[in-house]
Amino acid sequence: MKRRDLFLALLGITVAWQVLSTALNLPILPPPLLVLQAFFKGLGNGDLLRHAIASLWRVVAGTALSIALAVPAGLVLGQSQRLNRFFSPLIYLTYPIPKVVLVPIVLLFFGIGDFPKIILIFMILFFQILVLVRDQAASIRPELIQSVRSLGAGRRALFRFVYLPASLPAILTALRQSVGTAVAVLYVAELFATQRGLGYYIYYSGSTLFDYPAMYAGILALSLMGVSLYFGVDWLERRWCPWLNVS
Amino acid sequence: MIHLEALTYAYPNHVPIFEAFDWQAQRGEAWVVLGPSGCGKTTLLYLLAGLRQPTAGRVTIDGQPLIRPRPHTGLILQDYGLLPWATVRQNVELGLRVRLFYGPDGKHAPEDFRPDVDILPWITRLGLAAVQNQYPGQISGGQRQRTAIARTLALQPDLLLMDEPFSSLDAPTRESLQNLTLELWSEKKLTLVVVTHAIEEAAILGQKILLLSLPPNRQATVIENPGSAQVGFRDTAEYLALCRELRGRMESSA
Repeated sequence: MKRRDLFLALLGITVAWQVLSTALNLPILPPPLLVLQAFFKGLGNGDLLRHAIASLWRVVAGTALSIALAVPAGLVLGQSQRLNRFFSPLIYLTYPIPKVVLVPIVLLFFGIGDFPKIILIFMILFFQILVLVRDQAASIRPELIQSVRSLGAGRRALFRFVYLPASLPAILTALRQSVGTAVAVLYVAELFATQRGLGYYIYYSGSTLFDYPAMYAGILALSLMGVSLYFGVDWLERRWCPWLNVS
Repeated sequence: MIHLEALTYAYPNHVPIFEAFDWQAQRGEAWVVLGPSGCGKTTLLYLLAGLRQPTAGRVTIDGQPLIRPRPHTGLILQDYGLLPWATVRQNVELGLRVRLFYGPDGKHAPEDFRPDVDILPWITRLGLAAVQNQYPGQISGGQRQRTAIARTLALQPDLLLMDEPFSSLDAPTRESLQNLTLELWSEKKLTLVVVTHAIEEAAILGQKILLLSLPPNRQATVIENPGSAQVGFRDTAEYLALCRELRGRMESSA
């Protein structure tokens, strides 16, 4: 996609927002400029920044944890038909459960703090990555494996030179598909049992302080986080998987 | 150099492909294994590569029983042997990188392996310089097969195994790669074993032709073809006669 087109789309949204805000003239829909002011003020005095960093940390930690556990598990399941036969009914059942319904349970079990939020993000990403990496590893042609083995590769070298690079696109696709959901569920989780995070900030600014520009600034920050994670995945894919973009 | 001693190989619940099968190949010979689909050609090649183990009997190379892929054996498969995510150059380097990964342990890499091998002469020799930064998906079938050859020969094998290496290529490309294979065979003093179902290819590449039939294979049928590898062999009456003979034998065995 062209940068110019993205910029035009952004401009269109902003103009529509401005028009709607002027037309309605209600405190619950402040104009974009006011929100932008609140956004930079919040970043400047550290108020918004503190919450944004808390949320970002939860997303990054949850993502890192899920990659660290799902990739090896997916590679093992993709290579072993027997293990896969054993686990796939379990995965089949748990994969489609909307993990957001588990928020209350996770909060009850793990209480307050970062850990339950990280666990939630982990649960969303883990299954997505696991399934895609497993299918990717299972689809590697045996001829390719035999060729590389004939060059002297044992298990470790196969992992390093075949399985790992083959699963990179699967990891990135999984992240692209689910990072938005992860941010959404994080928002829900941050409404409860915490005083840090953008979810809390948005809720508190809106329903307790009635500071609507600040509430919108929080929404803007959370949206920016989602968008930049998405762009980040795209960027990594261009950098790490250049062969996908050639004809 | 290669010795199959009373080799038996069977897939579970199938007629054995080989049963007490004996066969020998000397160093420096060019062999073609010819036979119809399902005769066990590819299985034989995998056994010679050390990627499969016999059900009974044994495979020895230079007197050593083969229990795992041998660092001095190169294997080239028909297709799919290249890493799709690596450029031509990275693919050619792959074998060396695997060796560097393990170091000269005598198991994955020869004990005398020196890490300063230069792959550039191979890229040039196989006419890949112009495409060295492209991915396998971007180049022609012939270039892909050249990449596979460069990757294998960069490891300086003494035994080269090829499974239907040129069957998916168009006729001119196939002929030029067959000629190149013979050139490299004599230049590098390789022992060559090529598996094919194509009679013409067998007649061109095989000094000696091992004819397999539908399983079980119990005895090695060997056809001598001393004229192969001579320039212009394709146009001789000898070549045509050999093709006719091979065709007759394949039809009668099937």
